[in-house]
Formats: sequence, structure tokens, C-alpha cells
Amino acid sequence: MSVEWSWIADHAGDLTTLALSHLQAALSAVFFGLLIALPLAVVAHRIRPLRGFLLGLSNILFTIPSIAVFVLLLPVSGLTRTTTVIGLTIYTLTVLLRNTVEGLDAVPARAREASKAMGTRPLRTLLTVELPLALPVIMAGVRIATIMSISLVSVATYIGDGGLGQLFTDGFQRDFPTPVVAGVVLTLLLALVADALLVAVQYALTPWTRKRGA
Amino acid sequence: MWTLFSDLGSWLVSGEQWSGTDGIGHRLLEHLQYSLLATLIAAVIALPVGLLIGHTGKGAFLAINLASFGRALPTVGLVVLVFLAAGLSMTPVYVALVALAVPAIVTNTYAGMTAVDPEVRDAARGQGMRGHQVLFRVELPLAMPLVMTGLRLALIQVVSTATIAAYVSFGGLGRYVFDGLAQRDLVQVLGGAVLVAVVAIVLDLALSGLQRALFRHRPATR
Repeated sequence: MSVEWSWIADHAGDLTTLALSHLQAALSAVFFGLLIALPLAVVAHRIRPLRGFLLGLSNILFTIPSIAVFVLLLPVSGLTRTTTVIGLTIYTLTVLLRNTVEGLDAVPARAREASKAMGTRPLRTLLTVELPLALPVIMAGVRIATIMSISLVSVATYIGDGGLGQLFTDGFQRDFPTPVVAGVVLTLLLALVADALLVAVQYALTPWTRKRGA
Repeated sequence: MWTLFSDLGSWLVSGEQWSGTDGIGHRLLEHLQYSLLATLIAAVIALPVGLLIGHTGKGAFLAINLASFGRALPTVGLVVLVFLAAGLSMTPVYVALVALAVPAIVTNTYAGMTAVDPEVRDAARGQGMRGHQVLFRVELPLAMPLVMTGLRLALIQVVSTATIAAYVSFGGLGRYVFDGLAQRDLVQVLGGAVLVAVVAIVLDLALSGLQRALFRHRPATR
């Protein structure tokens, strides 16, 4: 099996377009996933009885196959990008919710109480003390969710979307390996670069973790 | 919307749908066969690796990077790639499913091993246990809950992904999804999707039940 480099050179523009569309779908999913998971995690953290229910529900959603999720969404949102993003968002929820709850759980009670003793209101304590302290664990979840989403976008190729996944369908139908190789390599590259950027973001956002020399 | 679900109901319960080689019963068995065999192969490869990395403390870097790499690898691409290289057989499907399951098992086994209290390990050594005795009598039993979590995660992902067998013209429950997509028969697609989800959930519940029965004496780690 040989790769035809000339094909790749001829299609550099298409490959870039597909990669950008791929990235857009994956990142939108992580964004919406965070938007839903953060408030839910706070609820699950504060209200114990709801905790098991919310975590269990997100686990069940994770159990449903991704292709099934996309297909089940077809009657709702049709063969569109919306379906791709909703499907991927559902997948990110499990990881994001679990890590955020674990991050909030790991905030030292002392920090919370000190903030309370200084007369800070609960919402402000959450935003300025608890969430920042939970950030390393939350970011670990964001990294996993991002990598998973980037890998999963290709599955949406069955419903006519799928970014780089279209290269897999194309190569399969024409019995031509080059686009498939290009698609796999580009997907891995996107995941690698996105992950490195997230590490940099976390480094910038949590200056206090550096001095401890852990 | 509601007619769709009632059609789906009648699709799922109709007798003809369940018999014969195109029937749900047969497809279900195929799906189970692919999933269980792939997870078994993955476990045979991944468990020793995870145990060895955890026991020796060497290769942690490998374990962590294998996890990200495994998560990032697009399964569909892998299937098509191996299919184009090796031709029409179940090999591409098994390669992709095993590649999907190995990282989950390795990393969870490794995590379980590193979570073992070093003092317990030292105590075992102090009692004169040899390396393999420490591994099998102390570390492995203590790491077991997380090892099981890894196997469950791997199995769920494999069951979900075994759908792709139908993409390279093999059986399994994915058949309904892909045939339905080709025939624009949404009821059939939904039927296949629902069946896969049910199989995944049932297998996960069965494994977590087994886990609870086997390790009752210890609180679950997760």
C-alpha cells in the first residue's frame, strides 16, 4: 500500500478545509459540553441526592454508540452539522461532568471556609475560589473530551458530515488508500496540537501550581 | 415522531424480524461474537502490559501516551485502512476494535496498580514474598476494581463500535443501521441503534454486577 504524494499535494486546499471543519465540529462540542456540564457539576457537587442520578445518567448516555446517537438525532435535526455537534456534545458530557465534580470535591474545605469567613458570598466563592482550585482536574477532563471529540467527528461521515471522515468514505469507495492515510494522520495531528494547546492554556491559567515544584 | 416510535415498536416485536440469517437473533449473536472476541484479544494483550508497567514502575510514559494516542485514533479510518491493505475479511474490524480496547485496559490496569499503597507492597516484601508473589497475591487483587473498570469501558466502546463491521459488509447489528441508511428506512436504522445501545447497557450492567459480587469486601474505587 503506497501513498500517492502528488494526490495530497493536489488536494492540499480540500484537506485544509476538511481539517478546519473537523476541528470546528469537535471544538463546538467541547464548548457546549462545558456549558452544560459546569452548572450540572455544581448542582451534583452541592446537592448530594442529585449526584448519583446525574452521573448515572451521563454514564448511560456514554453507553449509546456514537453512530446510534447521530442516527437517533436524525428525526430531530436532520442531516446537518447540528446533528454532529449535538451527538459529540452528548459524548463529552460524561467526561466533563465527572471530572468537574471530582475537581470540586477535591477543593480543600479550608479554602472554602476561609472564603466564607471573609464574608464572600457563595456564588463568588464558587467563581473565585472553588472553580480555580478545581481547574487542573477540570482541564484534565477537557483534554480527554477534546481528543475524544476530534477522533469521533469521523463517525458523522455516515450522516454526510464528519470533516476528515469524508476522506475515509472517499478512499473506501474508490479503493484508494491515500485519502484514508491522510485523514488518519491529520486527525492524529489535530488531536496532538489541540492537546498541546490545552496544556499551555492550563499552564497559563494556574500559575500557583508551578511554584510547588510537584 | 410518534408514528416513528410506534413503527419502531412493531419492527422490534414482529416475529419474522427475529428469525433467519437476517433476523435480529442471528445479528445479535454475530454482534456479541465480534465484541466479546475483540475484547478478549485486547485483554490478553493489554492486561500483562498494564501489570508489568505498574509492577516495575517502568514505562509509565508509554502507558499515558498510549492512552491519548488510542483515544485520538479514528476507528473508521483504521478499519478502512486495514481493509484496503488486507482485503475483505473480518481482520480490519478486529484490528480496529482491539486497537480501541487496548489503551483503555492498559491505562486502567496501570492506574489500579499505582493506586496500591506502597506500604502494603513493602509489607509484602518484608514478609519475604518474591516479585511475582507480590504481583499476583497483593497488587493484582487490590488493583482489581480499577482493572474491571478498564475492561467495562473497553467492552462498552467495542460493542458500540462493532457496528462498523457492517460498513465492510459483515454482519452484526450494524447491518440494520447501514442497510437502513442505504434504503432510507429510518425505522430500521433506529431499530439497529436501539438494539446496540441495549446490548451495551446490558453487558455493562452484567459486568458491574459481576464486579460487585466478586469484590464485595472492598468499597468500589469508582
